[in-house]
Amino acid sequence: MLETATNKPPVDPQIEEEKSTPLFSEVWKSFRKNKLALIGALIVIFLILLAFTASFFAPEGINEQKLSMRLQPPSADHWFGTDDFGRDILSRVMYGARISLRVGFIAVMGSIIIGTLLGILAGYYGKVVDMIISRIFDILLAFPSILLAIAIVAILGPSLRNALIAIAIVNVPNFGRLIRSKVLSLKEEEYVVAAKSIGMKDSRILFHHILPNSLAPIIVQGTLSIATAILEAAALGFLGMGAQAPEPEWGRMLSDSREYIQDAPWTVIFPGVAIMLTVLGFNLLGDGLRDALDPRMKH
Amino acid sequence: MLSYATRRVLMLIPVLFGMSLIVFSIIRLIPGDPAQTILGTKATQEAIQSLHHALGLDKPWFVQYVSYLKDLLTGDFGTSIRTNAPISQEIWPHLAATMELSFVAMIIAIFFGINAGIISAWKQNSIFDFTAMVIALIGVSMPVFWLGLLEQWGFSLELHWLPSIGRDNIRNAVNPITHFFLIDTLLQGRFDQFWVVIKHLILPSVALATIPMAIIARMTRSSMLEVMRSDYIRTARAKGQRMFWIVYKHSLKNAFIPILTVIGLQTGLLLGGAILTETIFGWPGIGRYVYNAIQYRDYPVIQSGILVIAFFFVMINLIVDILYAVFDPRIKYR
Repeated sequence: MLETATNKPPVDPQIEEEKSTPLFSEVWKSFRKNKLALIGALIVIFLILLAFTASFFAPEGINEQKLSMRLQPPSADHWFGTDDFGRDILSRVMYGARISLRVGFIAVMGSIIIGTLLGILAGYYGKVVDMIISRIFDILLAFPSILLAIAIVAILGPSLRNALIAIAIVNVPNFGRLIRSKVLSLKEEEYVVAAKSIGMKDSRILFHHILPNSLAPIIVQGTLSIATAILEAAALGFLGMGAQAPEPEWGRMLSDSREYIQDAPWTVIFPGVAIMLTVLGFNLLGDGLRDALDPRMKH
Repeated sequence: MLSYATRRVLMLIPVLFGMSLIVFSIIRLIPGDPAQTILGTKATQEAIQSLHHALGLDKPWFVQYVSYLKDLLTGDFGTSIRTNAPISQEIWPHLAATMELSFVAMIIAIFFGINAGIISAWKQNSIFDFTAMVIALIGVSMPVFWLGLLEQWGFSLELHWLPSIGRDNIRNAVNPITHFFLIDTLLQGRFDQFWVVIKHLILPSVALATIPMAIIARMTRSSMLEVMRSDYIRTARAKGQRMFWIVYKHSLKNAFIPILTVIGLQTGLLLGGAILTETIFGWPGIGRYVYNAIQYRDYPVIQSGILVIAFFFVMINLIVDILYAVFDPRIKYR
């Protein structure tokens, strides 16, 4: 068996060259032509840098209170002004990027892992397994996502960690359904049928053949879901069901400052701009990746 | 057509059961003793026991679920812990308020979204197209609660053009009949109050409409562009038909199915967005009803509110699915 595997037939060099062209370069070629996608990528990279370097570049600490400096308008000392506790809003917005990106990435990774697992089980094994899992997805999708997240937080209690868990659960069916339909189509492909006929184990077929071929839609959906997850986390924070004071989560900052909107509008403007830019960045990047990786998904 | 609709309705039954099971579980999955969580740490043992009994928590869960379903089917949503009133009586005015707000928001979203999309496609690559699509792009990424706050600040607190909270003027309150204030004021011939109700509706409905409007505009544009490149449109132009008719009659008709899909999806999602909009604008809808219940740990109200919103969400999706089949007969054979 080993001998057969290593005795490769001679390959036409031209075919070999075509095959070895990495997929990445093709995707990049198409991606870089898309200006909006590049802007999205730049915004996302900027935010990631901001989150990582907040402790070096933030002018002040997250909770450094100077009551004598409360509700100061934007100035050279405080570019985004100060809030009702005299805290520097720019610093809090910078640290807030950490929270939002962390929630976005971790929640979506959680949804991808659970959704992929359930989607594979449903699509590959079909019948009763598929019926049960698909009905669970249908039921979860029967709730508007923010409402289901609120229901889960109502059970677990309000905190950033519980908001993250809620957002992860809410997004599971999106990935589950995506993977299920991909597996359903892939399992009829000749190479999967061939792998089955030579007695390859199900786990090997699933993780070595089917999963790698389902990666493109997962990446696209994942990027777009980060935008949604960040927005949902901010919404939960705003409703007092996510991050709790004094955490500099952007949604929480908005709800804490809303009573000062008339006297100190900057306390509301900057956290909101931060949420909007972040969501915009991930949306543009996700759209660009979709066009580059899987143009059929466009409609 | 009828068999497709029947099949689609039958598929709804397990979903509705699952929904009721999730909502039923909310109170029972609270870590620790739910009665203790609801009443707080200072509650006496008697109070806790009595709430246990009132909520039926002292019975096996299966018995609890069956009696919960029975109550639901007879329209009994239980009693609010905070107000001690039957939830089925309390919920209707809130539901009507949310429906009125969502309806007006959807009208705004559909009217402006479709027209912006059509003109963008018609005048592709023009300044209008570019501006509309940039606004739509920002609109899609706009947190509705932030937009609501900015609207309140600009149009209410600074310019004093529009009221910032509520549904009507407290000192000259609408006498509710159906609890749809636009209808109630007209029925009573109170045009002064009708105008006041409209003014109260503008800010929250525009905030709520923004995201669906942006998504509808983007979908209309791309769908229209595809149709406008087809042969029969070229023929219509070659025949010298007026561009306005070509765009609004021939193209829109054939571009409408994907637009309808988006409209349907967004109508359902409005119900989720309503909870945020209502919190900001003090709109006494079902979203705010649930939000207040969360603050007071009034779990029976949280459960009923969530169930009612989810029920409407599912029903809207059902109607949209059946409408697809009406507009596109190919769908029912899939």
